[in-house]
Amino acid sequence: MPSLSVTYWSALVVAGALALFFGGRQIGAARGVARLRDLSATGAFGYSLLVVTLYQALALYFGPGATFFKWAVHGVVGFGIAGYLFQQLGRHVGTSATRKLFRSMPVTAALGILLIIAYAFVAIFADVIAPYGQAEIFKDANLLPGGDPGMGGSPDHLLGTDQIGRDILSRLIYGAQNTVGIAFVTTLLAFFIGISLGFLAATIGGVLDQVLSRIVDMLMSIPQLIFALLLMTIATAWFGSEKGMVTLFMILIIAVLDSTRVFRLSRAVGMNIVVMDFFEAAKLRGEKLSYLIFSEIAPNAFAPLLAEFGLRFCFVFLTIASLSFLGIGIQPPLADWGTMVRDLSQFIAYAPFPVVGPLTASLPLMAAGAIALLTVAVNFVVDWMLHRASGLKE
Amino acid sequence: MNNVALIISKRLGLGVLTMFMVSIIIFLAVNMLPGDFAQALLGQSATPEAVEAIRRDLGLSKPIHTRYFDWLVGALQFDFGTSFAKANFSSYAGTSSTANFGTVADQIAPRFANTLFLAAVTACIAVPLSLLIGVLAALYRYSIFDRIANVSTLTSISSPEFFVAYVLILVLAVLNPVFPSLSNIHDGMDFAQKLQKTMLPALTLTLVVTAHMMRMTRAAIINLLASPYIEMARLKGLSPFRIILFHALPNALAPIINVIALNLAYLITGVVVVEVVFVYPGVGQLFVDSVKIRDIPVVQACCLVFAAAYISLNLLADVMSILSNPRLRLPK
Repeated sequence: MPSLSVTYWSALVVAGALALFFGGRQIGAARGVARLRDLSATGAFGYSLLVVTLYQALALYFGPGATFFKWAVHGVVGFGIAGYLFQQLGRHVGTSATRKLFRSMPVTAALGILLIIAYAFVAIFADVIAPYGQAEIFKDANLLPGGDPGMGGSPDHLLGTDQIGRDILSRLIYGAQNTVGIAFVTTLLAFFIGISLGFLAATIGGVLDQVLSRIVDMLMSIPQLIFALLLMTIATAWFGSEKGMVTLFMILIIAVLDSTRVFRLSRAVGMNIVVMDFFEAAKLRGEKLSYLIFSEIAPNAFAPLLAEFGLRFCFVFLTIASLSFLGIGIQPPLADWGTMVRDLSQFIAYAPFPVVGPLTASLPLMAAGAIALLTVAVNFVVDWMLHRASGLKE
Repeated sequence: MNNVALIISKRLGLGVLTMFMVSIIIFLAVNMLPGDFAQALLGQSATPEAVEAIRRDLGLSKPIHTRYFDWLVGALQFDFGTSFAKANFSSYAGTSSTANFGTVADQIAPRFANTLFLAAVTACIAVPLSLLIGVLAALYRYSIFDRIANVSTLTSISSPEFFVAYVLILVLAVLNPVFPSLSNIHDGMDFAQKLQKTMLPALTLTLVVTAHMMRMTRAAIINLLASPYIEMARLKGLSPFRIILFHALPNALAPIINVIALNLAYLITGVVVVEVVFVYPGVGQLFVDSVKIRDIPVVQACCLVFAAAYISLNLLADVMSILSNPRLRLPK
């Protein structure tokens, strides 16, 4: 099964589409198969494209070379199977409520939940899982991955070491703790600020509402990454020498900038609750402000805010990763995926080398992929939650 | 004065006001810095006389509101002052007069043109592509095609730009050398060369932006398909393609235009990371470099340029959606 060149591939797609369209009409009309007879030209093109591309993919997969393509196929199929198994497990194990939940869940959402649990596990137990410390420096720098001494590797360092001799596998594992942990704390802080101000604006209203809303409008009119970069310049000018303080300021800056979005949503949700009868009744009973916010608004605003938490987390996570990638975010010696992508990026050029090439080239992609996989997982879950909440059927 | 003109002029006025407030925020944020420009320019070991001289040259001894208005008036005439890096260089070279300092505007102008070129190339690929995929996904909704499009767009929306960028470098530059992985474009190149070097960053941005635009197009069209006049068209026996192209699409134009403008606004900021990955000589790259060396006037100016582009594209989105709404355009 040889793989096709681009010219052959497109010619085959067009030929297949024409054959399916005209031949399908004849055969469908003669045999009375409605689906074949009424197939539209675009539909025929789509099926032809699907079949020829599938053939091309299989040819590549079973042919020689194409290591990265094979890995990608293994990844997609492996994750698909893992998601399916987890979904089946959820349908048969657990309380009746969780079993019911899993029955209405698509495979993508099940996979998302599985991945989030896996990330949380790695992040919490990083100290136990990682073979070495994140800042530990070994005398052999620039060891290649693979663990084969004949190929410039070492069995002690499965993914090799970086330019100054730190174990890459350990740093990837600690990255889960630092990058995900810092993003999680930042999102929590953003939600704390955004929700409390948003609910206050909704309950009290008047001047406070106007002032807060205008401030938020103003902060939101500057693109977030740009504003964060400007403020980080100032933070580094203040605390340039203290790495810990820079990281702390980054958390504060991003939390404040991101809380504007949370404020908008929680104010809007709060406004809808404030006009309800039960809220009016509580107010007339003479309840205190804290009771109104925590016992009347908060429980009713929980569902939409939870979905928003997922989306905001992704956004904060990507912003922090981008800042670190640009060299202005999480500071060394903390291991962090964004910084690792930048430091390891030149290894991509090793891809054409035989044996060790593909694994070496995928080092920066592992760090970047770790970021991408988590955001994709969270988005899969949020997509399903929003779909369920909106009551969309078909 | 008719209705639309009033609404639009109100919106424009609000835009100008926002821009004014944003310039105040940017100016104040920078002035929160410890010490001042002169100290930062000369470093810790500068003599007090030298600091005083620079301070006089740059007008730092004036009160803050005077300085703000000087800066704003200058910025409106594209005069953003002098860059620290360039000023340092010229003082090392022994020329100390202000006239020889490299101005920020000289640094930004050619890079801004490059960034606009990148954004334009991206828009030319992304807009038709996302409209096509969006319409097809709406037409064949809940089919295999729609499901594949849904999962892959969700994946590309949620991946960081640099992940997409490095995967593209791996596939299109290292394994199959189709495009160069470094986009070092300069003035002397002809258009074809420039386009070839810009292709990888443009493709990266396309992948990120198309996903969002396609999903919105699909949602806007599916939303309309439930309305009675579409039902009528279907019962008349029109083909599904004709219904979508001539009945649904014109009415879905307002949200689609809105999404396109918002995504172009996103492009303006999304270029920062992509330009750094491909070493593309645009404003984003200049911005990040200046942040690293704390070249405050350049940071300030880049920030203002990005914010202005962002605000005006958002403004454009609003005005276009007002104009494309017949109920507002033709008052009773």
